[in-house]
Amino acid sequence: MGLAKRIIPCLDVDNGRVVKGVRFVDIRDAGDPVEVAGRYYEQGADEITFLDITASSDNRDTMVHVVEAVAGEVFIPLTVGGGIRSVIDVRRMLNAGADKVSINTAAVSDPDLVKRASDHFGDQCIVVAIDAKQAEYGDAPRWEVYTHGGRKPTGIDAVEWARKMADFGAGEILLTSMDRDGTRDGFDLALTKAVCDAVPVPVIASGGVGNLDHLVEGILQGHADAVLAASIFHYGEYSVAQAKQRMDERGIEVRL
Amino acid sequence: MKHIAVIDYGMGNLRSVSRAIEHVAPSTRVVVTSHPEEIRRSDSVVFPGQGAMGSCLVALDSHGLREVLLEAVREKPFLGICLGLEALFGFSEEDGGMAGLGLLPGRVRLFPPERMRDAASGGALKVPHMGWNQVHQLRAHILWRGIPQDARFYFVHSYYVECGDARYAVGSTDYGVSFTSAAARENLFALQCHPEKSAHIGLQLLRNFVNWDGTD
Repeated sequence: MGLAKRIIPCLDVDNGRVVKGVRFVDIRDAGDPVEVAGRYYEQGADEITFLDITASSDNRDTMVHVVEAVAGEVFIPLTVGGGIRSVIDVRRMLNAGADKVSINTAAVSDPDLVKRASDHFGDQCIVVAIDAKQAEYGDAPRWEVYTHGGRKPTGIDAVEWARKMADFGAGEILLTSMDRDGTRDGFDLALTKAVCDAVPVPVIASGGVGNLDHLVEGILQGHADAVLAASIFHYGEYSVAQAKQRMDERGIEVRL
Repeated sequence: MKHIAVIDYGMGNLRSVSRAIEHVAPSTRVVVTSHPEEIRRSDSVVFPGQGAMGSCLVALDSHGLREVLLEAVREKPFLGICLGLEALFGFSEEDGGMAGLGLLPGRVRLFPPERMRDAASGGALKVPHMGWNQVHQLRAHILWRGIPQDARFYFVHSYYVECGDARYAVGSTDYGVSFTSAAARENLFALQCHPEKSAHIGLQLLRNFVNWDGTD
């Protein structure tokens, strides 16, 4: 017995509302992040990740209020990402009640930010999010890092980048396959394994989960320490508890 | 009304701790404070913390809180969390070696890279130790009340405690090595994991702490 593999539901939040189609039958307000997070908490989620996709920086305060409200009712680790560009942004989210803050685009434009933030707050609360897209196929596949919500290629190799970020003080890597995100075809297992085996810090696999067996594959074949999914939980197809049950049946250690 | 002070020395997310206590004990007054007098007036004290022990001790001293913390450890129910466990011991390997508060015998060590292999799968164990792991209760304690043996709590840390006296080790956890994840002595109880982030199990432990008179 030992450390459990984690299941992390992810909520996309726009102007304070959960935006992916959420259809929990007995939730009053399907778009209320506090209610959705509360439901996942009761189902046994190990952590919850919020991705702030609010376009305008004028509305960033909304996310702070969301985090504050959730943190008063949900007693598991909360990660917040999206639009984090400075140590001050990190501090605001931590003060609001986030346990970890994930940095994506700003880590590429200013890698030193990861160092400054982890020196200041400890590497345990700094997650570097990597959006990767396959660039070369065949015997020696390569994946390239993209920024700005997957719109901008950087020419950076994803595995090298993950190593560098761990070295700079990222306490965890949130790895999303852009090729698989939204497809429901399962994780990019080769990418997941390449990154998980390359870095000394925990890796969360993301992008492509369409059923419970995909979660199992991410752990067993991708070597992920945690698996993140959005739509399979949002649409009410599966509960977090069912996901854990399946992982347990496949011999994966989980918190039941 | 019961009055609980969460010691604020400028490190870590202390609101999580106070929010969780407020949640389990709505009629308790919880203050996150760096004022020695406020801590002296409280009935119970929580000493949380994350990050590095060196900066923790420097911050404690720069806030003038070391003395009142030592007083609290002698006098009232005291709960250390994470770094608030590690700092109680005598010595840490951090930064090439440094003295801790020396309230409990033992040392704080970095997870040894050569031992960080999963016994079953042979896979690498990542550091920080992050996630839900089991706490094996080594003996009965009021703060374990209502918490099943080997229940899972949320951990996030890169150093671990090797308790120098088995009498004070009340919980152990396996991660590459078997380490002391909970220690207790009289009115003092401290955990490596985060009860404020450990869902219902963690809330139960905080509830037990709020109701604890400090006798073991």
